[in-house]
Amino acid sequence: MARTTPETHPLAHRLEDAFAASFQGDGAPGAFAALRRRAMEAFVAEGFPTPRREAWKYTDLRRTLRSDYALQPAAPALSVADLDALDLPGLDASRLVVADGHFVEALADLSGLPEGVMVSSLRGALASGQPIALAHFAHVAAVEGEPFAALNTAFDLDGFFVHVPDGTVVERPIHIVHLTTTDEPAFVQSRHLVVVGDRAQVTLVETHATRGTAGFGNHLTEWVVGEEAVVDHVRVQGEGDDASGVNAVAVQQGGASTFRTLTFTFGGHLLRNEVQARHEGERCATAIGGLYVLRGGQHLDTHTLLDHAAPNGTSDELFKGIVFDHATGVFNGKVLVRRAAQGTNAYQQSQGVVLSDDARHFSKPELEIYADDVKCSHGSTTGAIDAEALFYCRARGISEAVATALLLYAFAHDVVERVPLPALRDWLDRRIEARLK
Amino acid sequence: MLTIDNLHVRVEDHEILKGLSLDVNPGEVHAIMGPNGSGKSTLAGVLAGKEDYEITEGTLRFKGQDLTEMEPEERAREGLFLAFQYPIELPGVSTMQFLKTAVNSVRKHRGEAELNVAEFLRLMREKAALVNLDPRLMQRAVNEGFSGGEKKRAEIFQMALLDPTLAILDETDSGLDIDALRIVADGVNGLRSPERSFVVITHYQRLLNYIVPDVVHVLVDGRIVRTGGPELALELEEKGYDWIKQHAAVEA
Repeated sequence: MARTTPETHPLAHRLEDAFAASFQGDGAPGAFAALRRRAMEAFVAEGFPTPRREAWKYTDLRRTLRSDYALQPAAPALSVADLDALDLPGLDASRLVVADGHFVEALADLSGLPEGVMVSSLRGALASGQPIALAHFAHVAAVEGEPFAALNTAFDLDGFFVHVPDGTVVERPIHIVHLTTTDEPAFVQSRHLVVVGDRAQVTLVETHATRGTAGFGNHLTEWVVGEEAVVDHVRVQGEGDDASGVNAVAVQQGGASTFRTLTFTFGGHLLRNEVQARHEGERCATAIGGLYVLRGGQHLDTHTLLDHAAPNGTSDELFKGIVFDHATGVFNGKVLVRRAAQGTNAYQQSQGVVLSDDARHFSKPELEIYADDVKCSHGSTTGAIDAEALFYCRARGISEAVATALLLYAFAHDVVERVPLPALRDWLDRRIEARLK
Repeated sequence: MLTIDNLHVRVEDHEILKGLSLDVNPGEVHAIMGPNGSGKSTLAGVLAGKEDYEITEGTLRFKGQDLTEMEPEERAREGLFLAFQYPIELPGVSTMQFLKTAVNSVRKHRGEAELNVAEFLRLMREKAALVNLDPRLMQRAVNEGFSGGEKKRAEIFQMALLDPTLAILDETDSGLDIDALRIVADGVNGLRSPERSFVVITHYQRLLNYIVPDVVHVLVDGRIVRTGGPELALELEEKGYDWIKQHAAVEA
């Protein structure tokens, strides 16, 4: 394999070495050896992305990616008590925990899941030859030209595997707790797979927290959504302010399925969120949304790709960003309507509010349309808080600070309203309110 | 109550108010009439503390305090209220929360206990009745989807809630049909008291049939060119602003 050029990040070299080592002795990657080699080649060909790449124009990893990260730490010893502070009050949910990139069997609470629903370690499922995991793993996320997905695929990673059989409705949401507990900054990867059968329904809530020193994470989840299935997904990023990384979600939707995902970002240092959804069958519906409240030197880069590859699909995107201090928010939303996707109805909206001269918000919608019978609209605004509205509040005796919080909360509200679980909505409301003060 | 002396105000490069003086005593209702562009809304904005204006000369005192030193919210808490010509819609801001925050900010400043939800609801119902405002509008976001008339009535309702000592009505009559005008005027008249003063800014005499002022001022080109009793408004209605502009030119 061609070694990367000298200007390549030292961390990339170390990862290559770790990859080579994994092919010797006990760490042999087995059934996926060829796939992993190909993925590593794809990573080596690209290296870590730099702002020279259009898709990374506003996000420079060079100062964040450290060369001395610990690589893929061991599973931490955790007890249920460690999770108390991470509970979502009032949310009645099954629970699973992924800590430092490891599925923590002992902390999973999966009582009450309907028969046939499978929740386990993905690495375990692949190693034991679980047929559904084997059938879908690495079939949704592309690795060519996607260095982080490539790197993620190259290693034999752990994470969660969820399978909901055809026709099964999982009433209780499944809460996935992502926890970083490392003492020193580490480069942690995890890999997840969710397979939702035809006409099945499930709600996943993922929360991210740091209990220690965070480094850089590279997390990838593949979703296979069956025909007429309905999926709700909510991610809440409440990492520590030293946490950086990439969270990618790749979704493949069967005919007439519904996939709705929302991301709320409060924590983190430099985060990149990617959501790609592809309509494989007719009449799919996708809703992608997000709200971010960034402070200090936080940097959040959101990239979405809606791939309308089949007729009569709908998509609805709504992103809102509130950027304080010298933080940076980036939204790049691409809507691709392929020739076959006649009757597509795609809507995209991105709004940013910047609250200081040093705060920055970049919003870039991209429409690529090859079908002729489609309805596509998008809107993108970035600006300061509405001066007229602020004055109106102050003219009623409300202080500037309280008025600002009131208006920002209102701005954020229609994203929160999309959250399907009332307890989660209330909890988010309180978090947002606190974050805006 | 309110003393304005030789006020000069600039917006960007244009001088809008060019030496305006006005004295409003407690309990008085002053009407300020003037043609478009005479500076009426600038006066309202300057009094409420809107930022776009630059005061280049003159003084502005409210209850003995220098208004120019006070933030908009301080003015409101001290008892100055502006009924907006174009009330702002605040999508997503609950009317209840907005008004409760406003009322309690003012009460706190006055050293009064803040109202709890039940007390506030009671106050709200009482004051909404004053301007015949549908309580269901309170379930909406602030002013959102309100008709023009509803917005104006909502302003008077807010005024009643905040219980100001000086209320400035900026063209509250514009866009109102005769029924809505009467409701708004009744609301204002119900709030008249020896302690409360009003400055009613209007283009037309019509509103002054219902809110009868003590003093009428005519504002032309940034100056008050004539002051009189209620009959001045009628004369103006009859003869038009050109008449007064010519007079002003002759007197100048």
